[in-house]
Amino acid sequence: MTERFVTRGFVGRRTQPGEAGDLASRIPPGQYLTPDFPVLSAGPTPRTPLDKWTFAISGLVREPKQWTWDEFLALSARDWTVDISCVTKWTKLDMNWRGVSVDTLFENVELDPSAAFVIAWSDGGYTTNLPLGDVLNGQAFVAYEYDGAPLAPEHGGPARLVVPARYFWKSAKWIRGLRLQREDEPGFWESLGYHNRGDQWLEERYSGD
Amino acid sequence: MPRPIEWQLGTVTGIQTETPTVRSFTLGLPEWLGHRAGQHVDIRLTAEDGYSVERSYSIASEPELAGQLEITVERIPNGEVSPFLHDVVVEGDRLEVRGPIGGYFVWETSLGGPLLLVAGGSGVVPLMAMLRHRARAGATIPTRLLFSSRGPDEIIYRDELDRLAGHGDGLEVAYTLTRQQPPGWTGYSRRIDDRMLDEVLRPLGSGARTYICGPTALVETAANALLRLGLPADRIRTERFGPTGT
Repeated sequence: MTERFVTRGFVGRRTQPGEAGDLASRIPPGQYLTPDFPVLSAGPTPRTPLDKWTFAISGLVREPKQWTWDEFLALSARDWTVDISCVTKWTKLDMNWRGVSVDTLFENVELDPSAAFVIAWSDGGYTTNLPLGDVLNGQAFVAYEYDGAPLAPEHGGPARLVVPARYFWKSAKWIRGLRLQREDEPGFWESLGYHNRGDQWLEERYSGD
Repeated sequence: MPRPIEWQLGTVTGIQTETPTVRSFTLGLPEWLGHRAGQHVDIRLTAEDGYSVERSYSIASEPELAGQLEITVERIPNGEVSPFLHDVVVEGDRLEVRGPIGGYFVWETSLGGPLLLVAGGSGVVPLMAMLRHRARAGATIPTRLLFSSRGPDEIIYRDELDRLAGHGDGLEVAYTLTRQQPPGWTGYSRRIDDRMLDEVLRPLGSGARTYICGPTALVETAANALLRLGLPADRIRTERFGPTGT
């Protein structure tokens, strides 16, 4: 549609005057603010006992690496306060997590120079794909605490990937590993009509956007 | 690069009150290319000055309904879009729509059954599309809907569900009312739990294709219970909405 359509009678609620004016600049196009933390997942919530849980880095690395839960907790972690946008339209500001930077994880392996894409894979069979450049330099972390408490299973606990600069489906819940690949490979939602990259500021919601 | 899902203009051709807080809107969409039961659409509202908002709504109508689709919308107090749809939109208005969206929470008769549907409140909407599709296709796939509502006035699609269940084509509908039951109520009167799911699932067997849609707490409860009852995780598809209280 080249000419903008105007919906009869629609004014909109807009950002409330009480909310700081600069909040609007933190809300990507087509999104609305929510105070809640909605849950969306395609199937039942998997529950892996912590003594069976491992996190693996595999694929194009010199030596694959695997951590147990205790070893993972011993990795250098930090607090992260980030804004999150879900493709289902909600945006939540200033979400507080604790977790391990993907940079820190990669310090423990030697990446093959041909590695260009990362496949995050999870309990329950979920996958999502990201260019390597989208998860480096502090852009992604594996979180195991939210708001000071262990991450709840329905929110992806014991650990989930968080990639704040992409729609939230890229932040794989119940993550168990990262696989480095030369070629891109669409993940679960990326194979079902959702955008391959998912940059919320470019409104890359669906395939072809 | 795949073709983008384009925005198109739909004309509101019918508005139906389902419950005191839920209405269905029929949209005439001449360019609609069809959908599968369970998918949703995005609706965009734009003000004179260009301010716009988008929301996703499940499609309630069956794919067989050519050139139109129905969405069913619960009025969210203090919402920005649903009160507008309920209070301002009249027949003849036009709305921007794009879709269909979502390729996982879908069912069509070719997938077969038996089929178990579990709904809470307006979570019944995408499941209704599946039931309407099933009826329109003349399928006799053994199917059970377990539908949780708060009170008798809040059962969305009640008349149509009772009618569909009366066809004797293999569909049974079980209601549960969690807060308020009318005199003589013979359905369930509590939140969905293991025993209820066991009773509803048993005639279908543990190979049932299962679709659960509703508030997060209901979906978590139902999905976990069905795993305990022996349904494989890959037979259970979920769609969730609503706050979690965190």
